[in-house]
Amino acid sequence: MRKVFKALAKPFTETAGLARWMLVIGIVITAVFVICAIFAPLLAPYGFDQTSADGVQFVKREAPSGDHVFGTDRLLFDVLSRTIWGARTAIEVVVLSIVICVFVGVPMGLISGYYGGWLDRILLLIMDALFAFPSFLLAIVFAFLLTNKLPSGGFSGVLAVSLSLSVIYVPQYYRVVRNTTVSAKEATYVEAARAIGASDFVIMRRYLFGNVVQSVPVIGTLNAADAILTLAGLGFLGLGIQSTEAAEWGHDLNRALADAGSGIWWTGLYPGLAIVLLVTGLTLVGEGLNETINPTLRRRRLLPVVMTPREGDR
Amino acid sequence: MSVEFVEPPYVDSGEPVISARDVRVWYGTTRGAIRAVDGVSFDLAPGETLGLVGESGCGKSTLGRGLMGLLPQGAKRDGEVWFKGREILGMKAKDNYRLRGHELGMIFQEPLTRLNPLMRISDHFEESIKQHDPGATKDAIRARALEALRLMGIPPTRYRSYPHEFSGGMRQRLMIALALVLRPSFVVADEPTTALDVLVEAQIVQILNDLRRNFHTSLLLITHNVGIVAEACDRVAVMYAGRIVEQGRVTDVFENPQHPYTRELLRSTISLNTTGLNFIPGSPPDLVDPPDGCRFHPRCPDAMAVCATKNPVTLDRVGGGRVECWLVGPHEQIPPGGTQPLKQEELAVADEA
Amino acid sequence: MPTKPEATPTTTGTGPIIDVRDLAVHFGLRGSSLARLFGRDAGTVKAVDGVNLTLARGEVVGLVGESGSGKSTLGRALLGLAPATAGSIVFEGQDLATLSRRRLRDLRRHIQMVFQDPSAALNPAMTVEEAVGDALRVHGMRSAEERRVKVIDALERVGLSPVELFLEKYPRDLSGGQKQRVVMARAIITGPSVLVADEPISMLDMSVRAKILQLMLDLKQDLGLTYVYITHDLASAKYFCDRIAIMYLGRIVEIGATEEIFANPRHPYTKALLRAIPDPDPGRQLPRDLPRGEVPDAAAPPLGCAFHPRCKEATPTCGWESRDLRTLVEAHWTRRSPDEYGAERAVVGDIDHFDKPATSTTLGAQGAPAAREFLDRVRIEAPDDPIWGGIESITDDGSGVRVHFHEGIDPALRRAGGVEVACVLYPETSTEG
Repeated sequence: MRKVFKALAKPFTETAGLARWMLVIGIVITAVFVICAIFAPLLAPYGFDQTSADGVQFVKREAPSGDHVFGTDRLLFDVLSRTIWGARTAIEVVVLSIVICVFVGVPMGLISGYYGGWLDRILLLIMDALFAFPSFLLAIVFAFLLTNKLPSGGFSGVLAVSLSLSVIYVPQYYRVVRNTTVSAKEATYVEAARAIGASDFVIMRRYLFGNVVQSVPVIGTLNAADAILTLAGLGFLGLGIQSTEAAEWGHDLNRALADAGSGIWWTGLYPGLAIVLLVTGLTLVGEGLNETINPTLRRRRLLPVVMTPREGDR
Repeated sequence: MSVEFVEPPYVDSGEPVISARDVRVWYGTTRGAIRAVDGVSFDLAPGETLGLVGESGCGKSTLGRGLMGLLPQGAKRDGEVWFKGREILGMKAKDNYRLRGHELGMIFQEPLTRLNPLMRISDHFEESIKQHDPGATKDAIRARALEALRLMGIPPTRYRSYPHEFSGGMRQRLMIALALVLRPSFVVADEPTTALDVLVEAQIVQILNDLRRNFHTSLLLITHNVGIVAEACDRVAVMYAGRIVEQGRVTDVFENPQHPYTRELLRSTISLNTTGLNFIPGSPPDLVDPPDGCRFHPRCPDAMAVCATKNPVTLDRVGGGRVECWLVGPHEQIPPGGTQPLKQEELAVADEA
Repeated sequence: MPTKPEATPTTTGTGPIIDVRDLAVHFGLRGSSLARLFGRDAGTVKAVDGVNLTLARGEVVGLVGESGSGKSTLGRALLGLAPATAGSIVFEGQDLATLSRRRLRDLRRHIQMVFQDPSAALNPAMTVEEAVGDALRVHGMRSAEERRVKVIDALERVGLSPVELFLEKYPRDLSGGQKQRVVMARAIITGPSVLVADEPISMLDMSVRAKILQLMLDLKQDLGLTYVYITHDLASAKYFCDRIAIMYLGRIVEIGATEEIFANPRHPYTKALLRAIPDPDPGRQLPRDLPRGEVPDAAAPPLGCAFHPRCKEATPTCGWESRDLRTLVEAHWTRRSPDEYGAERAVVGDIDHFDKPATSTTLGAQGAPAAREFLDRVRIEAPDDPIWGGIESITDDGSGVRVHFHEGIDPALRRAGGVEVACVLYPETSTEG
């Protein structure tokens, strides 16, 4: 248990100054959104697709007021509720896509780097091709292909978008894990493992895995920020998640586009602000983690040396 | 490469090239200051080689780098180092930089990491000569470089080669040639043979041995190998936990070690004449909080009560040199009962190096 | 799996425990990135080239040589970590060279290894308990409690007590000597009969080396181990080994009982190694007569005897060739002034073609008389160089001369006195000893 605490505290104990502040601010912002996501049913005054309360229909495009703190939009939805519910969608999509990426990219990178040879070459080629492709375009294509292909249900939109995002980010996980594996497998401790009779599977799982996944959290958080933007972009284009399925900031922004010309600012401002804040928060966490985990970026904390006065008899 | 063996000349012209007085180098860490070098004094005469031995973690390399001004950030040094009549520790960084290479040279353990793989050998020489002698013509540079290479046994045909085209031993010779081409009066060699093969190591030791004849350079040779000290050095300084505990002529110190650490270090060395295994129990202390009194007392087989409480006094050794150990004296300063053998706790492997 | 009970002293049977016959380990050269970039051609490195070695139960055999001698590769081949290209390694009736990967993995519990750098040999992400216990885990011991009991026993055997202090430690919290003890514990925990120790003390501090060596002797006594001790340090080999095999460029050049090797070294390489050991006793300094040069490139070994380019006692038939001529000429130039060098360089012309090994090569760009005159100058300066004996004839050829060398002999390992030596100076008919 103490080990876990120590590991969790490491980013704070080993950073100083700006890096630590970045990390703290980032974590606070992200935490706010995560809380919104988890407790959305409690925090949001209305449901994300609610258009009436107590039998009274909402007023279309009502300016912020007591009942609707952030106002309503042209589909009669409450903007505050949709912004809070949007956090849930965003976090769902991001977590799901990262999980998929880790489960696909890390083992693939390990195997590819450990065995090398033609398998490595082919995987490398595929991943490089995916990586070289404009990522947003790729996401659009996959979102197109996957929408309505998955078994319908409230979650299918989220799953489709998560899968499309995973396709974009898997190459990064693969690349990093594969490259660290290639260098780590030359280490003496891997040969030592072979010398005690460990099989390839054991070597990968118990000797290489722990040493090559260390940079994955950093990629994860940095990608999460990027994923929020891509998700919003897809929603803005009307792909992926529909308004009635879940609240999604990008899609709301799209609808707010028409309002902007007529001076209705509240429909666009709040979802937009949410995107900016969450992206900033995640980026700060990612950079902060990078400073602590990545040894090339880490600077040792230097403390001033105070030399004691010399002792008389020396 | 056969060089007839001659007793190394002991140059004693009185005026030392470099003389360190009470030098300290401390590093700051979160746990407190590491006292890597803690009050070290020595003199080095022109053309003389001083061997610096000790276990790892005793501050040997730090001392070498401290003298050169090549310390990492966060290190602090004080004391005095007089080089040819100038105090260099208090010097401005710029002046110190000008001195390095020109007057102070350094030879490192791993030569390949110190050579730029994209630069020819000729470029390396050109750059280092030009840095300190901007007016040098190409021909003059070439002549000087070839002369330095020649003395290291590197044929002139290799002048335009790249570092990777050389073998390990050749690279180390190259490093030595580069360090010596400016004819510095003082060179620090930090474990120059550790990465090399046995036979090549012996060749390099021979080259270092010939240095004083060819270049009249004073050399501080940092090594953990007492055999190399015996072979290549005039004098030896034995370092333990940031202090030089004994120094003097190699023959005197090695044949008649006065400090128990020197004696035990020599005894633990495995040589061709080894008939039994000896070792020093325990490990060098944590230099953030070194033991009170003599720093060697927890591992010392001859420790007395006084050793654990009072810092030993530096004395002149019988037969020249200096030593700091209560066994040697001064006896009048030992408090009554201080000569009782010290009760040592059993040193477990838990504290071992 | 048929196995003898763990950690019991092996019976002092008469048969060898490991029998290596004509073992060859060749590596296809991939080359460093630099080498590839500069288009150096890849070849084959004969890391181990026709080695015979028998290990008797309970003995300590030293493999001594410089880097590139193949000593480490030979050691790793004994565990099947380096695949044999040819030959056989018979351990308890099974030929390791033909076993499947699976069977080989099972066999490794009987042959274990200790590495040079203890810091690198331990997984930084595993505690001491996990690292040592993993050797049992990979051999199928599922229960963590059972493993713990064995780990504690092994750690106590290597002197890491009180054990509780160490079980939860990570390698970074241990000193070099302690790490090497952990590596040793991991090696003995499966109850091996053979331990391959690859430079186990060379990365450690002087003051710790004796301790680790003593530990290895104790373990041998307690567990009845057979050691293969790989080192470049003849001094520790002399103390530690019963028999010593001196290796040079993939071959054993001299092998025999330790006392005999040290009392009466025969191969010039053995003599050179002995001379090269610095003695800490300042009163015992010997004049040095060191062999020149360094271990040659294993991808293109010298013709004839691999040691001849560095050998002081080389004979005319040791395999002289064009590359030796280059070494000779270059050594000559290190003794010339830059002006003299410039003039002579013009006389000699191209020297890069010497790099292609041949027993006949051309020299000179300004006519035969100039070339002959140059060679005479070289000879006057270094009349004792054994290469002169190796030159069969010098004939005029085009713009210079053609130098013909005697055909070289690649000496095989032959009995000489109490040892076996691979050197033409010790022919089969030798009556010595």
